[in-house]
Amino acid sequence: MSKKVYERPVIIKQHSGLMNKFGSSPVQPTITEIDGVAVNNLVEEYGSPLFVFSEKQIRENQRKMLRIFKTRYPKVQFAWSYKTNYLSAVCSVFHQEGSWAEVVSEYEYQRARKLGVSGANIIFNGPDKSDSALETAVKEKAKIHIDHFDELYQLLEITEKLDLKANVAIRVNMDVGIYPKWDRFGFNYENGEAAHAIKRIMTSKTLNLVGLHTHIGTYIMATEPYRLAVLKLVELAKMVHAQYETVLEYIDVGGGLPSKNTLKGQYLDAEQLLPSYEQYADAITSPLFDLNLPPDELPTLFLETGRALIDDAGYLISTVLGNKRLSNGKRAIIIDAGVNYLFTSHWFNHKIVPAQNSGNFTENAAVYGPLCMNIDCLREDIVLPTQKKGDRLIILFVGAYSVTQWMQFITTRPKITMVMEDKTVEVIREDEDLEYIISPERVPEKLTSFSLK
Amino acid sequence: MENYKIPDNLAVSEEGFLFLPATGESFTLNEIGKIVIGLLKNGSSIEEIIERLTEEFDVDEHTAEKDVNDFLTQLKNFRLVEEI
Repeated sequence: MSKKVYERPVIIKQHSGLMNKFGSSPVQPTITEIDGVAVNNLVEEYGSPLFVFSEKQIRENQRKMLRIFKTRYPKVQFAWSYKTNYLSAVCSVFHQEGSWAEVVSEYEYQRARKLGVSGANIIFNGPDKSDSALETAVKEKAKIHIDHFDELYQLLEITEKLDLKANVAIRVNMDVGIYPKWDRFGFNYENGEAAHAIKRIMTSKTLNLVGLHTHIGTYIMATEPYRLAVLKLVELAKMVHAQYETVLEYIDVGGGLPSKNTLKGQYLDAEQLLPSYEQYADAITSPLFDLNLPPDELPTLFLETGRALIDDAGYLISTVLGNKRLSNGKRAIIIDAGVNYLFTSHWFNHKIVPAQNSGNFTENAAVYGPLCMNIDCLREDIVLPTQKKGDRLIILFVGAYSVTQWMQFITTRPKITMVMEDKTVEVIREDEDLEYIISPERVPEKLTSFSLK
Repeated sequence: MENYKIPDNLAVSEEGFLFLPATGESFTLNEIGKIVIGLLKNGSSIEEIIERLTEEFDVDEHTAEKDVNDFLTQLKNFRLVEEI
């Protein structure tokens, strides 16, 4: 006689009181495959925990975003934000889709060059640019976005020494009505520093002002700040046009568009709360027409969108290590992926879904990672079906700032795979082992031996 | 293993709805939770409950033991059992 299907015994206390009339269903769907590849097969082949990226999703995201902006403005160029995710395979997908590289360090610049991106297709941002980095960028005709006056004079010296012209833009910060003001980057608009920097560039013989740049912040939840930012850049562009008879090649609005992730402390689900990308695109593109330029003279709109293009293409598959009851009776689930792989879990309530059918009974639980550290909490509260040791849970929307900000801490880091469009699976970063971690270490001779009793 | 007793006035419906008249609290149970409560009400020991689950359901003894103990922790937390 075959036995009945088993499910762990559960009792749930019923609470009367206020219902959340806005809330979406607390129960997340089960995800048993990623782009047609079974999650169980992925884990059997490549181990757990495991990062998985979807080539198809990245391409779809990029194409959709390009379409949204191109239907509103004729000249649009995306530059992939390397710091969001600079895995070579991921960057290459974006470059195949036509995106330039947006880098913020010499290291990122070198990564882009190594992948075959020419200097002329690199936007070089950030407050830290060494002499050697700037020399290379000038020689290779990168677009150098100047962050502060010391850098402006540094670049003047370098270009005069090399007797070469540099293509530059300035980063501009401004009040767009949001908190925090990101005024630590670039030249301020309101106090006149931006206009002053432009004047200094226009009077130099070696700096060629080709664009204006801003990046108002990250995970911007409203469209109006973008409209204000572009309006202010347009005012500066008009000033350049009027005073120096120069038409700028581009206006770079940076990134900051939110993804589907929900911030901690945010009551509603991100997907219910945020404006659509079409609304953001309206706010960004419509002020550009205030330039009153003929269509062929309009500047190219550059976008450095990061998380909005990659977050939902990344998955972190994990395995349940154990269950326990906390002192207040609440369930806790321990999984084999922790905050060391997912820095973003410090500010997002990442969605976590089961990868197998686990019954209909759900329970509020805390989800902890495997680190022997109190901070290793992925979700303080999430409603999940009962999980048993060995079950798989998938953390969703982890494509951005995960594998660039992850830490090697307590344990090594796992494999990263990509499910390709033809449903084959490729390893795009190997897992680390002890040798890899200790190979840069050196032990002084006198410390090489000891005896323990 | 200790044994437990469910309060006499605890009402359990066929659908797995549990009501404690003394406090007005109500709870829901899943299918197996309902069976375990039923067995506890009839005075079964923990060993007997585990045995019954492994006979009837597709579950090994260790898993059943872990889960029944966890279920009892929940019942204790809700003050629905007394140790005897």
